[in-house]
Amino acid sequence: MDFGDTTTEAAFRTEAKAWLDKNAKLKSHPNETWAALLADKSSQNIVRLAKEFQLKKYADGWACLHWPKEYGGRAASAMERVIWGQEEAKYVMPRGVFDIGQGMAGPILMKYATDQQNARYLPPMAKGDEIWCQLFSETSAGSDVAGLRMTAQQDGDEWVLNGEKIWTSGAHYCDFGIVVARSNPDVPKHKGLTFFFVDLKSPGVDIRPIKQITGSSHFNSVIFDDVRISDEQRLGAIGEGWRVVMATLMNERVSVGDAPGPDFEQVFSLARHTPLNDKPAIENDAVRSKLARWYCQTAGLKYTKMRSVSALSRGETPGPENSITKLVGATKAQEIAVFGSDLMDMAGIVRDEDLVSADAAFQKAYLQSPAMRIAGGTDEILRNIIAERVLGLPQEPRADKDLTFREIPTGKAL
Amino acid sequence: MNFEFSAEQNLLRDQARAFLSDNCPNELSRRILEGDTCAADSLWQEIAALGWMGTNIPEEYGGIGLGALELCVIAEEMGRALAPSPFSSSVYLATQALLLAGNEQQKNDWLPKLADGSAVGTFAVAEGPGNVTAHSLECAVTQQKLSGTKFPVPDGCEADFAVVLAKEETEPTLYLVPLGGPTVARKSVTSLDPTRPQATLTFTDAQAQRLGSQGSGFATMDELFNRAAIYFAFEQVGGALVALDHACDYALNRFAFGRAIASYQAIKHKLADMYVAATLARSNCYYGAWALSTDAPELALAAATARVSAMDAFDECAKENIQTHGGMGFTWEFDCQLYYRRSRALAVNLGNKLQWENKLIGALEERGEMLA
Repeated sequence: MDFGDTTTEAAFRTEAKAWLDKNAKLKSHPNETWAALLADKSSQNIVRLAKEFQLKKYADGWACLHWPKEYGGRAASAMERVIWGQEEAKYVMPRGVFDIGQGMAGPILMKYATDQQNARYLPPMAKGDEIWCQLFSETSAGSDVAGLRMTAQQDGDEWVLNGEKIWTSGAHYCDFGIVVARSNPDVPKHKGLTFFFVDLKSPGVDIRPIKQITGSSHFNSVIFDDVRISDEQRLGAIGEGWRVVMATLMNERVSVGDAPGPDFEQVFSLARHTPLNDKPAIENDAVRSKLARWYCQTAGLKYTKMRSVSALSRGETPGPENSITKLVGATKAQEIAVFGSDLMDMAGIVRDEDLVSADAAFQKAYLQSPAMRIAGGTDEILRNIIAERVLGLPQEPRADKDLTFREIPTGKAL
Repeated sequence: MNFEFSAEQNLLRDQARAFLSDNCPNELSRRILEGDTCAADSLWQEIAALGWMGTNIPEEYGGIGLGALELCVIAEEMGRALAPSPFSSSVYLATQALLLAGNEQQKNDWLPKLADGSAVGTFAVAEGPGNVTAHSLECAVTQQKLSGTKFPVPDGCEADFAVVLAKEETEPTLYLVPLGGPTVARKSVTSLDPTRPQATLTFTDAQAQRLGSQGSGFATMDELFNRAAIYFAFEQVGGALVALDHACDYALNRFAFGRAIASYQAIKHKLADMYVAATLARSNCYYGAWALSTDAPELALAAATARVSAMDAFDECAKENIQTHGGMGFTWEFDCQLYYRRSRALAVNLGNKLQWENKLIGALEERGEMLA
């Protein structure tokens, strides 16, 4: 066992570090974010600066590491992507603006779009000139996304889209989206879907921010009202949309578990600096016991990730680490947020950044952390994934199995 | 990055697993449970012939001089097989105590016999319910004679010698004490896990040789337990993974309301949680193995982390395995009880979870002070 790089890995790491050193600032603490340093935190400004930075990456060959070079990528190996991710995490950099497009939309275009379309759309996506989003979920189709209701009706060489998509990150600054809709309600739900890409500036597209528990708006609902698109924007065959969705989700690498917020180090520090009966709280055995549990989880995740990187380095396919990371990480984040508030005793309810420890990070995380247990696969779906794909256990029988979409029972809730 | 056992180490794992599946079926534990206390005697001889007891012992003392990683591999397999043997007492504790603190004479006296299995050693610290502290310690040595009672001592009736924590004047110190003579009264006590037998040892002016310097008892024990904790943790993870396998097998083959109970999310999610606990513990054990094999400064932290998460994982997997089996899991006939019993034996053998949690946070506090 050793934690060192192979010679080629070390060379790549040196090259990555050199570029990052030249173009970005090292974090002064692990939770430092790029956006927090900006005077103007409006999304227009964030997107403008993120685009500038992306262009620099592109020009120097650090954009879309996993893409082929002809479309602006670097054709990097899986291990090189890991190394880049490890190094990049040490710097304050714009994050998240391009991930969905480059991580999910790009690879799916490469698989299903024509050469001309790829030549038109992929380089601007790599450069950051055009931003893409993903439009799958609906108010009544979350974990059961194949139960979606947006309709796609064919009209000559065109399709007409009607319905509402939800939880679309960044739709308000995106140019294009990949979308799946129901083209035939008279077949079982998985068989009646068709996949497209759309220009979000098309007439009939209405983007509305969703106000969250936290009071801010990170997501949107996107309403399609008779939006007409060309049949050339169809990806995959008519009725084969589910297959394309599955291929897209295979590429999903949005790591929700890494959302900012207090983790073990922060709660450990809080326990050292917050009094409990005239002594630092950390001297209390019950507090130590809780901290030890979170440390074991934090370390366990870290070393599980190292085992998977190690497998990658040997050229093997990594296992279900992402599901474990998100399942454990999200629950832990919520527990830590609650405990941090609790340690502050009656002041645990105070949300003013100037008045309570850690700029009220624990209180903010209390409101934010429920999202982490839902977004990108709920706790329950992740347990199903582990049970089915790792342990080989069967699926629950489905009540809608042999029904056409039209016949599937629905409830009163959204 | 290579955070994985080597091909040679995995070959050793395959050999160990094959050997134990042929020679150490659960039937062996069951025979002991039903009163045949000698059922595993030949297993000890067979393991000795493979050289496992001498894994960590240098060749000059009759061992095979492999590293800590090889012993971790064997420990995980011994844990999977629920091997009924004094391996943990003799190899992870007595042998390691001699390697850490023994003088040349003591090493020459005992290590070759430990290596070939002709002698069994154990470690005696407890003096009844609750943990022993410098303040509570009663066993005492004057002029190389030990008097007092240790209880419970794992493998106390089977061992040829024990490393005993006792005080000399007021200073806690470790002693090497042969157990065969008339100055040591040995009485077997009933163990929750009879495959890990326990004893009361009463010493009356028993010959005791100091192991290490006077007053170094707790410091050496701490270091020894940090090392042993990682081997114990590998055994715990091994046991947890097999209990999980059994639970999955049963859930796939047991039908209720017309379908396999493994298709109910209530069961699937439980099994997924068991898998997650065992996986995190296994990864923490890997880090412990690395720290052990390199004598890393963070050994104490790595040991406590592996220990606490492996305790949790085996506890969860053993009890939820019974739960998954329903009423059948509570029967004598099913093997669920073997994992449930072993989980408890491994959990308390080196001190309870509260103490290890405390050590874990203590190690982090020290690290924090070093950084500050």
